[in-house]
This record gives sequence, structure tokens and C-alpha cells, in this order.
Amino acid sequence: MSNIRSRRRLAAVSGGLGLALVLAACASSTPSDNSKAAGSAECAAYKVYGDLSGKSISVYTGIVTPEDKPYMDSYKPFETCTGAKVNYVGDKAFETQILVRAKAGNPPDIAIVPQPGLLQQLVATGAAKAAPQAVADNVDKFWGADWKAYGSAGGKFYAAPSGASVKSMVWYSPKEFKDKGYAIPTTLAELKTLSDTIAATGKKPWCAGIGSGEATGWPVTDWMEDFMLRLSGPDVYDQWVTHKIAFNSAAPTAALDAVGAFLKNDKYVNGGLGDVKSIASTTFQDGGLPILQGTCSLHRQASFYASNFPKGTKVAEDGDVFAFYLPGVQAADHPVLGGGEFNLAFADRPEVQAFQTYLSTDTWANNKAKISSDVTGGGWITANKGLDVANLVNPIDKLSASILQDPKTVFRFDGSDMMPAAVGSNAFWKQATAWIIGQSTKDTVDKIEAAWPKS
Amino acid sequence: MDTSVKILTMLLAILLFVAVVGVMLFIASRAERKGAQFVAYVFLLPSILMLSVGLLYPAVKTIYASFFDAAGNAFIGLGNYHTIFTSSDEITVLRNTVLWVVVTPFVATAIGLVYAILVEGAKAEALAKAMIFLPMAISMVAASIIWKFVYEFRPDQPGVKQIGLLNQVLVWLGGSPQQWILNAPWNTFFLIVVMIWIQAGFAMTILSASIKAIPDDVIEAARLDGVNALGMFRFVTLPMIRPSVIVVLTTIAIGTLKVFDVVRTMTGGNFDTNVVANEFYTQSFRASNAGLGSALAVLLFILVVPIVVYNIRQLRASESR
Amino acid sequence: MTSLTPRAEPVASRKALAAASRTGHASARIKKKATSPVASAIAVLLAVVWTIPTFGLLVSSFRPEAAIKTTGWWTFFSDPQLTLDNYQAALSTDTQSGLGSFFINSFVITIPAVIIPICLAALAAYAFAWIDFRGRDFLFVLVFSLQIVPLQVALLPLLTMYVKAGLAGTFWTLWLSHSAFALPLAIFILHNFMTEIPKSLIEAARVDGAGHVKIFYRIMLPLMTPALAAFGIFQFLWVWNDLLVALTFASDNTVQPMTVALANLSGTRGTAWELLSAGAFISIIVPVAVFISLQRYFVRGLLAGGLKG
Repeated sequence: MSNIRSRRRLAAVSGGLGLALVLAACASSTPSDNSKAAGSAECAAYKVYGDLSGKSISVYTGIVTPEDKPYMDSYKPFETCTGAKVNYVGDKAFETQILVRAKAGNPPDIAIVPQPGLLQQLVATGAAKAAPQAVADNVDKFWGADWKAYGSAGGKFYAAPSGASVKSMVWYSPKEFKDKGYAIPTTLAELKTLSDTIAATGKKPWCAGIGSGEATGWPVTDWMEDFMLRLSGPDVYDQWVTHKIAFNSAAPTAALDAVGAFLKNDKYVNGGLGDVKSIASTTFQDGGLPILQGTCSLHRQASFYASNFPKGTKVAEDGDVFAFYLPGVQAADHPVLGGGEFNLAFADRPEVQAFQTYLSTDTWANNKAKISSDVTGGGWITANKGLDVANLVNPIDKLSASILQDPKTVFRFDGSDMMPAAVGSNAFWKQATAWIIGQSTKDTVDKIEAAWPKS
Repeated sequence: MDTSVKILTMLLAILLFVAVVGVMLFIASRAERKGAQFVAYVFLLPSILMLSVGLLYPAVKTIYASFFDAAGNAFIGLGNYHTIFTSSDEITVLRNTVLWVVVTPFVATAIGLVYAILVEGAKAEALAKAMIFLPMAISMVAASIIWKFVYEFRPDQPGVKQIGLLNQVLVWLGGSPQQWILNAPWNTFFLIVVMIWIQAGFAMTILSASIKAIPDDVIEAARLDGVNALGMFRFVTLPMIRPSVIVVLTTIAIGTLKVFDVVRTMTGGNFDTNVVANEFYTQSFRASNAGLGSALAVLLFILVVPIVVYNIRQLRASESR
Repeated sequence: MTSLTPRAEPVASRKALAAASRTGHASARIKKKATSPVASAIAVLLAVVWTIPTFGLLVSSFRPEAAIKTTGWWTFFSDPQLTLDNYQAALSTDTQSGLGSFFINSFVITIPAVIIPICLAALAAYAFAWIDFRGRDFLFVLVFSLQIVPLQVALLPLLTMYVKAGLAGTFWTLWLSHSAFALPLAIFILHNFMTEIPKSLIEAARVDGAGHVKIFYRIMLPLMTPALAAFGIFQFLWVWNDLLVALTFASDNTVQPMTVALANLSGTRGTAWELLSAGAFISIIVPVAVFISLQRYFVRGLLAGGLKG
């Protein structure tokens, strides 16, 4: 399963890791070396976790088919080498159910939490357990301080990051760009010019869809965050997310208006899907598909959108579709909006901590990347700096991972995922949807500001 | 867990339950001598116990929580109720709920009743009834896909085909496709149609059975008097099945007040289609506003009061018969 | 309740009962007048309008993914493209244990969740209908009003209790919850049927010295059995199609029913209408089979209850 390169990597890591783990392992049980596979080379890196035969760990997540399989497969090396059993349950209703379960005292051992805001709520229930030192050390080693902060609450570190996604992406048809001689824009002004150029040919350049069941509207919030980050910079962005500046103050209003220049511009949208309003009734999954039909040229959506194109679509720089980085105001600016998941533990049994530690290593990141490449053709990246980009087969994954690892990149987490639930997973979505079908920018930001919890 | 273990567990549970009921009946028969009252209490005990724990206790807790803030820490009196009756969005929610609860029970019951009378004694009665009943048997997940294929919108462009039936019919008739579930206020009616589609089968089944139970002599007497079909319905059928009609109306009205999955799966409460039950769900489980969510649930309790009062008056009337 | 018929004598009513349950009753009465070409046309129209949406789903479930997403299901008749891929894909969710075990779970959950509340509700409804006791009206109104309590408010308190009782993740949580949630409506509807059974029947038995327990299982149960079965069908459908209760209590996939598996079928990101339509049809089969096979029983059941009109 593991090739020479990764084996070298495993060996390199286990040294530093072992030291940290000994502390954790000593406290509860002495690591024994009678695990059945302990002798083999593959298991050398897992020796530090000790013998966990007969122990089981439950994982609860919103990640369901087909992406659940690579997760389960990536746990297998840990299971075979330590003897522990990992029970994976995927549930689309995860985000509401996990809160109910945590409050009722019935949480899983580990939850894969997709939003820092939800993580704060879960920690507030008192059911979550702080991460062991070994996990904290790994995160210090493999992630930036910003990512560690997203997994922390009340000054305590809880959860190591898992997967990540890059949201500042614009999908396009490389063939169309080549035929028409369009160049990839490197500034927002160029993007605007390109849109006008395409619109002048009588084609609606942009297509979008924000339908997502009860979460309808979230793609607009991503648009707004991207423009907030670009027009006002990361510092004002942070103030906006933490409500140090009001939602209806000048900067956010300007950002939403800037989005409106694209999404509410009937010369620009909605290629192949109808008028501006049709954005609200089109599901986000279908929003970018007109690019394939040639009825639309540009679609802003995260890196994970690659998996929404039908089977057989070639996603590559010379393929049917590909994405370019949504540029900043200046070509030198590199702001990136992204998202990610975090492994939050609700138990501190040794096997749970060992598993948590495994998930925070570069070993797991590379295992997962390789398995995802094999099973689902990619579509998974992480901000773990130990990830070897060579393990990614999918060109869009390679592009995203290199953006995340680029030192020039100024990364910011999806703001709506960090705002209080009343805003981030209700008012912001709702009002953004109302905005698309006609509500004014002022009413929209005013109503969202009014929904911000007072405290 | 093994399949056989599961089935065994189930059988054991049923056996256990049967044993419990047996013991209860035994106790009740011993209590018979002490008076009918005691029998009643024994008969009611398990139901009341389960209801108290399962519904009454949570309901009381909800009422209590409705006077507290979002996190459930600070007492804010009627603050949440104030929010409901002053915010423009919440008022839309109230308006829609009233619309739902006025339209759905009457239309669904009327259709169910008309259909029951029309197919009464028809050749393929069983099949005809199964066709109307079918939506009752369909889960909400399935129903939302079914109606997607009815209301779905595709723009009127060359090369783009409609995939929603309603728009296709419109295009065939020479019209242009509409955004059925986007344009307020009509979109609420298009959602109500889904609920009527589901509930008419319930009304039809119960009312059909009532109609069949009308004694022959009554029908014969009316017929001898020369009453026509419409008169038969007006003066014989309807008065005879009135109690069942009330039960059906009540059940559907309460079901409608509680409905949230139709709205949640089809619009997510957007486009001015939100109703109290869905807003309650959103506030409680997504926006983490336990206080406002509870106040909305209490509003549901209050909205049902007129229905309860009407039913009690019917009950009183029937007892003094 | 208000009735046009004069109260029948016990004997007469017993005769009517027997007649009603023996023959299919004289249902040739009302319709004779109502059957006209116009009436038939309206009935057929209604039936067609009611069935077309579901029919569209049935057709869609056999169409290839690309066709579903780009053309309407009626295109099938001009350009028939048929595939079983959707069913194959829906049935072989290889990542979990397959739909088969979820199917079994649905049965294991549903059967006790139908039997328990109906038995308890029958007892309670009898007490409300035929026994005079202190606090009867108050209790009945209370039970009736509990119908409006949204299940969602009960989920967290119940789960907390189940965790404390060590029941979390077992079938017991689902059986008990579904039973409790079903009781208000079950008692309300069964009470309605019970009060419509001629009072004279009960009174005669009382005069003969029979106690309530005896009347309940000697007279009431035989008369009510079909009505109980009828309500049972509705309860069966509701529990079988329930997603909300299952999501909260069936946290372990060894006890999750079909609906949970179906809800997750479409996967994380795709719309997957083709999978959902096939999955929906797989889940419809059982409730429809139950309805069709019990339909005659069902009508007779409500009939017995509604005898007095």
C-alpha cells in the first residue's frame, strides 16, 4: 500500500511524534508491542499508538457517500496496526444532530466539524474534550497559527484541522478561452473587463446557483466574503467577522454592492439558466454546469465543485473545465478564502487520543490524499504542510494545495462559518437569497445586522 | 447486530409489552370492585405516563424556555413574543401559517369527500381509492422530488428543455415558463397544493368509510321522498357523516400547523413562504435561538386553541345527545 | 353526536352490525344517484391529476442520469431510454452495509411502534368514552391538545433521559418515542369510533353484570379490531416514513431505518435525482403493499366504528 517515499516520511515523523505520544500513552496504559502486525515495516509508524486491540472509536460526520469511503479506507492502516476498530457514521443532518447529541450527553468519540462557529457551540455544551499535547504539537508543526486558532475555543486548543477547500476559484472552459483568445485575469479590474468582453458577444458570461435546501443562499455569502477580503483587506475582514464593525457599515455594504455588479447584473447572469432570479432557484450543484454546454463562461465556486461535473468531464488546464484563482485588486495581492473541517473529540480514552493524534499527522494526510486520488479521483486536500503535493492526481487539487502552501497567500476562513449561528447559518443565507430576488443592499445588510445576537 | 438478533429483540419487546398489558388488565379487573373510577385510572395509566414524559414535560419546558434569551440564561419576559409580532419577516411567517391552516383542511377534506362520493360503488373503487391514497404512503423525501419534477423551472431559451411538468404544459399552451416557487405570494399556494395532495387521501379514506356506514333505511326514505343527488348529499349524507368530517378537519388542521418538511425541502423558508413550524425548527436547531424557537412553538399551541375549543363543544353536544 | 337515526334497540343494532360485516353492505345506494357521465369524468380527472406527479417519478427512476437532468420525464414516450442503473446504484451502497439491513431495521422499528400505541390508546379511549371518572374532561382535553406539541421540542429531553437510562442507540428509544408521539391522535380517533358504538350495547352488558375489563375485551375489542387495524395502517405509514425521530435516536447505523439511508443516498454534493427517485420507489413499495392488502379490512374497520353514523 505504501510506497517508498511515504515510508521514509513515516519513519521521519514517528521520531518527533513518539516523544509527544509517550506522555499521553503513559498516563493511562503502557504501550505493549504484542500487536499482531507490529513487526511489519508498514506498522513501524503506528507503534507509538500502542496495542489498542478490542478498543473501538466512533466517528460521526456529515461526510457521506461517495466521499466517506476514502475516509474509512484512510483509517485502515491505523486499525490494522493498532487493532482498534473505527466505526464511521455519515449523516447529512450532522450539523443539527451533533448539537442535540452533545447536549443530551450522547456524543460520538470524534466529530468531524465543518465550521469553527459550530465548534464553539459544541465546546460551549461542555461535552467536548481539549486536544492532547501530541495533537497540539502536530498542529504547531504542520499548520499555521491561524488554523490552530480556528480549532480553539476560549483560549484552549480542541481540534486539529482535517480537510480544507479553497473557495476563491472561478471555473471556466479552457477551450473557450483558447479559441476566443481570452486571458486569465490577474486583477479584479481585468475580470470585469473580461466579463464585459464576453457580454458584448451577446453571451451571458456568468452563471450561478445558490439553492441548497434549507441552506439556500450560502454561495452568495462566499461571494461577499471573497470581495470583502479583496476590497477591504484581511484586517477589516477579521473585524467584520467578529462584529467589531457593524454588518451594515460602509465596508461590508461596498463589498455586497461589488458582488451585485456581477450577480445582479442582468447583462452578466444567468448564462444558460435564466434571469437574475433564476440564481435563487438553481441548486448550487447545477450552477456551473452550463459551462459545459457553452452557454456560460464563468462560475465562482470552491475547489470541491470539480466533483459536480458529470463523469467523463476532463478537469484540467487543457481539459473541458478548469478553475483560475479569483484575483485580488492588485496582481500582487493573494487573499484566499477557504474552508475546512476539524476533528473534535468528546472522549479522552487513550484509543481516542491515539486516533486523534494519527489524524493530525502528515502520515494520515498523505494516506488520505492518495486514497482519495485512487477511490474518487481526488477532490480532497488539506492545509497540512506535510502533505506531499505529488500525492494529488487531480490538477485542481494540485492547484488548490499549492495555493494553500504558497507563502504569499493570505488565508482567511469562510466568515459565515465563524459568525454566530443566528447570522452565519440563518440570517446571512436568508437575506442574501432575498437580495438576489430583489431586496436592496441596504435592507439586506440592515436586516443581517439586526439579527446579530446582542451580548 | 445480526438480523436474527434484531428480530428476536423485537419479539421479546412485544412479548414484554403483552405481558405488561396482561398484568394491567388483571389489576383492573381486581379494581373493578372498588369502582369504575379505578378501572379508568388503570386503563389510562400507561398512556398518561408516556404522554407526561414524552410530550407534556417537554411542552412545559418549552413554555418556560420561551421567556428566556437565545442562550437560555437571561429571563427576558415577553421579549421573544415581542420579536415575533414586530419583525416584518416574522409577521410574514404568521400570515402564511394562517393561510395554510385555513386553506389546507377545507380543500383537502372537500376533495376527499367529493372523491369518496364519486367513486362510491364504482367498478374499480379499490383501485380508484388507492390512487388518491398513494401520496399518504410516500415519504417527504420522495414527495419533494416528485414535486420538483412538477414545479422545476428552465429558462425559455433555444436548446433548453423544460423538466417541470407545469411549465411544460404552459409552454405547450404557448405561454412562457414561470418561477412557481419563487414568486410571492402565489408560491405559498403552490406549496399548499403539495400538502393537499398528501392529505386528501386521509380525508377520502375516513369519509368513504363513514358514507358506507349510513343505514340503508335512511337512504331509502330519502329516495322515496324524491330527493335528488344534490339534495341527498346536502340533507342526508353530510349531516350523517358530520362527526367524521369534524375529525378529519381537525386532524388535518393540526397536521398542517405542524407541517415544516414541505416548506423546508422545497424552499427552505425563503421567498416569503416560511411558516411557524419551519421558523421554529430554524430558530431552535440552526440559529441556536432556543428562546425564540420555544416562543414560536408556544405560538403553535395557542393557534390550536380554537380547534380544541370547537372540538370540546362538539363533544359536549354529543354527550348530551 | 347529533344523529338522524333514532337509537336502535340492542338486537337491531347487533343485526345491523352482523349484516354490515357479512355483506359488503348496501353501498349501491348513494352512488346510483351520483353516477353520471359528469361525475365519472370528474373522478377520473382527479385520479389522474393525483397520480401524474408520482407517475413522473416512476418514469424518471428508469431514465439515465443525463436524460433526467436535461429533459422532462414525458420525453420518455417520444425517446424511450430505459436503464436499471439507478436501482442498481441505489441498492448497492457499498460504503455502508447495503440497503438490505436498513430495510430490516425499518420493520423492526415499525412493528412494535404500531402495536404498542394502538393497544394503549384503545384502553385509554375506552376509559374516556365509557367510564365516568373524576377529571375525565380535563384529561381528555389535555391529551387532545398534546397533538400540537411539535416532536422537535421532545427530542432533546427524551434523548437525555435515554442516555441516563442506558438505552441510547437501541431500538427501545425508537419504540418508546414513536409510541408516545402517536398516542394523542390515536386516542382522539379511537375515542371517536368508540363513542359511536351504540350505548345500549354497553348498558346491556353492564346489566348482565359484566365489568369494564370484560366489556373491553369481550365486546369492544371484537367490534373495534378492524378500526384498530385501520388506525394501525396510518401509524405504520407514519413510522415507516419517519425521518426526524430516526435521525435523533438512531445514532448507530445498526438501528437506522431506510429513510435515513435514503436521505444520505444522494451523497455530499450531487443532486443525484436519479438515485433519489429509484430509492424513493424502493421505500414506497412496502407502504403501498400494506395499504392495498389491507384496504378491504380498512374500510370495514371504520365502518364498524361508524355504524351509528
